[in-house]
Amino acid sequence: MIKFEQVSKTYPGGQQALRKVSFHIEPGEMAFLTGHSGAGKSTLLKLISIMERPTVGQVFINGHNLNKIHRRQIAFIRRDIGMIFQSHQLLMEKTVFDNVALPLVIEGYSRKETTKRVHAALEMVGLRDKIRSLPIMLSGGEAQRVGIARAVVNKPPLLLADEPTGNLDPKLSMEIIRLFEDFNQAGVSVFIATHDLGLIARMKYRSLTLKQGQMITDGLSEDWDSSESKAYDF
Amino acid sequence: MSILFKGRSQGAHSSKIGMFQRINMFFVSHVRQALGSLGELWRAPLASMMTIGVLGLSITLPSTFYILVKNAESIAENWQQASEITLFLRKDTQSKDASQLVTRLGLWSEIDSVTYIPAAEGLIEFQQQSGLGEALSYLDENPLPDVILVRPTSQNTAPTAAKLLLDKLNRERHVEVGKLDIKWLERLHGFLSIAKELIYAVALLLFLAVVLIIGNTIRLNILSRRDEILVMKLVGATDAFIHRPFMYTGMWYGLLGGLMAWFAVLLLLWWMGGSIDALTAQYAKNFDLTGLDVTSLIVMLGLSIFLGLAGSMISVHKHVRSIEPK
Repeated sequence: MIKFEQVSKTYPGGQQALRKVSFHIEPGEMAFLTGHSGAGKSTLLKLISIMERPTVGQVFINGHNLNKIHRRQIAFIRRDIGMIFQSHQLLMEKTVFDNVALPLVIEGYSRKETTKRVHAALEMVGLRDKIRSLPIMLSGGEAQRVGIARAVVNKPPLLLADEPTGNLDPKLSMEIIRLFEDFNQAGVSVFIATHDLGLIARMKYRSLTLKQGQMITDGLSEDWDSSESKAYDF
Repeated sequence: MSILFKGRSQGAHSSKIGMFQRINMFFVSHVRQALGSLGELWRAPLASMMTIGVLGLSITLPSTFYILVKNAESIAENWQQASEITLFLRKDTQSKDASQLVTRLGLWSEIDSVTYIPAAEGLIEFQQQSGLGEALSYLDENPLPDVILVRPTSQNTAPTAAKLLLDKLNRERHVEVGKLDIKWLERLHGFLSIAKELIYAVALLLFLAVVLIIGNTIRLNILSRRDEILVMKLVGATDAFIHRPFMYTGMWYGLLGGLMAWFAVLLLLWWMGGSIDALTAQYAKNFDLTGLDVTSLIVMLGLSIFLGLAGSMISVHKHVRSIEPK
């Protein structure tokens, strides 16, 4: 589903965010990306959603080389990727319904189809009763779940999440992760960046660890006890 | 269709709806965005009114001048048609020769009509009009020559054509001198064409100013909705989709500004109506101010909408592109 081949990213100014990163996430897989702040997690996700382009190397989604995607096609690529952000990126002056409906409005769905899908998506995240609320009236966990509803409303085959539990307490975080598991079981590939090691440690998922732009571990979080100390050894 | 996932259909394709429905949705989405933009203007009435006012007044000024000049031209055309050539005949011309000349001139294709005023008639008329009645009767002989008034056909009333005709008439044997007062007509034409060019230049500058003002207003609009544009780009909105509401805003500014200009011109002309009537009554009997018809309304609205769209297009292409999620 996602394949990186010897990808390096150097920002203008010389800061090297990624160094020769290679990995492959299979279709239908759920995986975590971990590492300290500044290790390159966000950069790696940005390369997938083409917010940034790699300096060297190639990124593939479903076998398509993203280097060959023209600027004008980026919008259409993003419609295939559900993205969830730590700051949830909701439109504050629009209702929950309008926020979740945005991807459908952009794609030109009819009013009827939009309403149906928005209701279904909010049902999945358990916020059906908040449909007329403004984001400002929601708690952090609820806002995050609205963001998730928006990401899945057009049923993308791939979900990317950048620190989706960053501002939440462990219980709420777990609920969010359970949501991702549900989508994964429905066949969606899920790739989550997080520095919340405690969260991952309790689950048996593949996790990739970045340190100063390099991929230092790639394996099941079960085996973590041995690698964790190495990964965070300075 | 999805670029990355062959089997996955996108957008309206996936809802198993026909071509017609899809085209329909395209228009529905346009109407939605157009009304949305109008709503945006409505929610900030003061700011919108100020922009519309600038646009309206900038179009009012050249429009009013243009209408005035256009009307002055149409009056001038009336004058041209009335232009006459006065032929003073030689003193020794016999009345037989004079009437022969009159008949001959009447056959010329350049000439519409000929009026013969014998010297005696001319003297009587002069006596009546000048108030010198008694004094003139002391003269030994009639000092006035026979006069022929020549009215050219409409094709020969323009200054150059009339001059050619005058030269031709001057070559007639019995004609002492022919007079055509076209100097002032030439001056009037010159003045009108300078006025017209001045108006075009002023209009061009004002229109340019309108484009810049609209462009700047839309720029501020775009910047104030930066977050929204970022989110829209993140969830896969194309540039065209993001541009549209701003383009519609520009269109509304143009339409409303054009309407305002139209009313302002009406008001101005109504206000000036009294003095215009007094002036024109002296020159043209049945003169109506033209230029306030439906055609000119459409031209004005079309122009102002074009200016609004041009301003927003420049702004949108420059600024929406620079807002990219990081």
